Amino acid sequence: MNILKFITAGSVDDGKSTLIGRLLFDSKAVSHDILHTLERQSRNKNAGELDLSLLTDGLRAEREQGITIDVAYKYFNTSKRKFIIADAPGHVQYTRNMVTGASNADLAIILVDARQGIVEQTHRHSLIAALMGIPHILVAVNKMDLVGYDEQVFYKIALDYQKLAQKLGLQEVKIIPISAVVGDNVVHRSNHTPWYTGETLLQHLETVEISHDLPEDQARFQVQYVIRPGHDDYHDYRGYAGALRSGFFRKGDRVRVLPSGIETTLKAIEVHQKEVAEAFAPQPVVLHLADDIDVSRGDSLIRVEDAQPVVSQDIELEICWMSDRPLKVGDRYLLRHNAAHTKAVVKEIYHRVDVHSFEPHAIDAIQLNDIARIKLRTARPLVFDAYRQNRASGGLILINETTFDTVAAGMLRELPREEPATTEFDI
Amino acid sequence: MSRSFDYLDHLEAQAIHILREVAGQFERPALLFSGGKDSITLVRLAEKAFRPGKFPFPLVHVDTGHNFPEVLAYRDQLAKKLGEQLIVRKVEDTIKRQGLTDGSGKFPTRNALQTYTLLELIEEFEFDACIGGARRDEEKARAKERIFSIRDEFGAWDPKRQRPELWDTYNGAIRKGENVRVFPISNWTELDVWQYIRREQIELPDIYFSHSRNCVVMPGGQLLAVTPHIRLDSEDITAVRNVRFRTVGDATCTAAVESRASTIEDIIQDILTTKISERGATRLDDRLSEAAMEDRKKNGYF
Repeated sequence: MNILKFITAGSVDDGKSTLIGRLLFDSKAVSHDILHTLERQSRNKNAGELDLSLLTDGLRAEREQGITIDVAYKYFNTSKRKFIIADAPGHVQYTRNMVTGASNADLAIILVDARQGIVEQTHRHSLIAALMGIPHILVAVNKMDLVGYDEQVFYKIALDYQKLAQKLGLQEVKIIPISAVVGDNVVHRSNHTPWYTGETLLQHLETVEISHDLPEDQARFQVQYVIRPGHDDYHDYRGYAGALRSGFFRKGDRVRVLPSGIETTLKAIEVHQKEVAEAFAPQPVVLHLADDIDVSRGDSLIRVEDAQPVVSQDIELEICWMSDRPLKVGDRYLLRHNAAHTKAVVKEIYHRVDVHSFEPHAIDAIQLNDIARIKLRTARPLVFDAYRQNRASGGLILINETTFDTVAAGMLRELPREEPATTEFDI
Repeated sequence: MSRSFDYLDHLEAQAIHILREVAGQFERPALLFSGGKDSITLVRLAEKAFRPGKFPFPLVHVDTGHNFPEVLAYRDQLAKKLGEQLIVRKVEDTIKRQGLTDGSGKFPTRNALQTYTLLELIEEFEFDACIGGARRDEEKARAKERIFSIRDEFGAWDPKRQRPELWDTYNGAIRKGENVRVFPISNWTELDVWQYIRREQIELPDIYFSHSRNCVVMPGGQLLAVTPHIRLDSEDITAVRNVRFRTVGDATCTAAVESRASTIEDIIQDILTTKISERGATRLDDRLSEAAMEDRKKNGYF
């Protein structure tokens, strides 16, 4: 059994919480006591039937206002898969939450209200899904009950979305007509839509192939922590602990330490204190090197024979800006790229992307929720791959220097390589 | 070579990654150890993350004084076996020192009072990160909390000021006075924890398994262990039942469930067929209001 992590995105009142409630309820993931609480709350709020959206609106402030404030994580499983749902609110001002949920998602459910069709929020959510490199998109055309289960309405929306998906270069899109309130085509197939013979929403979630989209030929490892026991039994023990971010390593491999560029050999690989011949992403490992060289937290180990990462202090990236304070040329930020940590200064703002037309627009300052392309200069060289090629080594965050808040998600772009990495940063 | 990696491997890898980030990013972290199955799981994960080295943090226990003796014995034995530092601070002492009002009534809980001791501990040892075994599936307010959860100097959680958490890149940068609560098993469910315990053959305190115990039968049908910490009246009904505990906490507010499950395998079967959530079955304190946990967390509760 494996895990599918998915995110749900939709506008206010698209019925997102109801859909999740329906999934949990129909797949019998709701326990009796929670159901009782739900019944009581449904009565408190308005006389009527069970309000499934109350299953996910966790905070009192949310219940009072009938909205969702923050990403909520929910868990359920069927006999086929374990599911982790990141429920991201639909309000414009909470785009950052969708980005948060999207960063770890294998799949995005984008909700469209059948009565409204594709709206600005659909564009925004799809753009973010594309930007964050979510491999699978499921468009749930919801509230089909309110348009009389009209086939034409559904196909019109499907056609419109197809155009949008092509424009954004989305990798894989599935479109399903549903009603979360009634339960049509969510877990159970609906009698109301005889013209739809495809999978139900849950069937799709259960069977969609989670292409392990991490590249096999890019062995990437970053040191998180150096293990030095210091007692006599392990006198010379010096292990580099971290997770394999992509690819695989074998004992005896020639490896390069970056950004220093020094080469050495992998003397041993440990997984849970047992020596192994090979380790693969995303296993946590402890690596041992043949030579006594200077390696510390944040340094990368790369297999010499693999495709090499970019090593550079000048980086171009797409960002989603998450702060009220605008970003301008000359601003300084802390930068965290997995375990690597450095400072960065904004050298250039190329453009922001219009969330409706997806066209670039020149701007001077980047505002909250903007998606933009910028150039940074970092204090230390970063070792990375383009996000589009490798989600595990192409993402970074920017941090405000004084509040320490996370202010941007950054997706690195490939730079033209002028010099080989090994010569550029030799000590 | 087989590259099979199932969902427990994924959850484990994520937790180890998080623990190593704590070690890499903080000066003085601590692992909050309650003796419950979730913190016991954390200890196993810490062994996987840092052995053969020592843990880069001590184990810290906030002792409510209302613990089950089996759990305290387990705690001391485990710390000894691990060869790691164990720090214990008692809620009792905090109550005296700060002139707090102890829980009262028939079932005096110190659940909320733990917060004061925890904040004292953080101040005394200048802990900048406290690792805990909370899971998002436990409760609705937990479901919204980040893995690195920033708390202000009063330990308070502000759901509206949470930092976005992207990929597996964790931002542990804090200002003076702030600290971070870190939840490496956020994405695990109760069942995942039990399946991991089974796979790893982790030993647990006996009270997790079926045993015969004298209990108060509460009006709602819940079973509360008869301990010196509660006050029995003549109208209370007590009965000896075969019970086990699903969670281990303050003995005055953690109910037992009737069960004949005597092995981990039995417990997993129990959970698969049970219809009541973990907190619903066992926590009397969350019933007080629908926002009980949310309120406690805003006050600095774990």
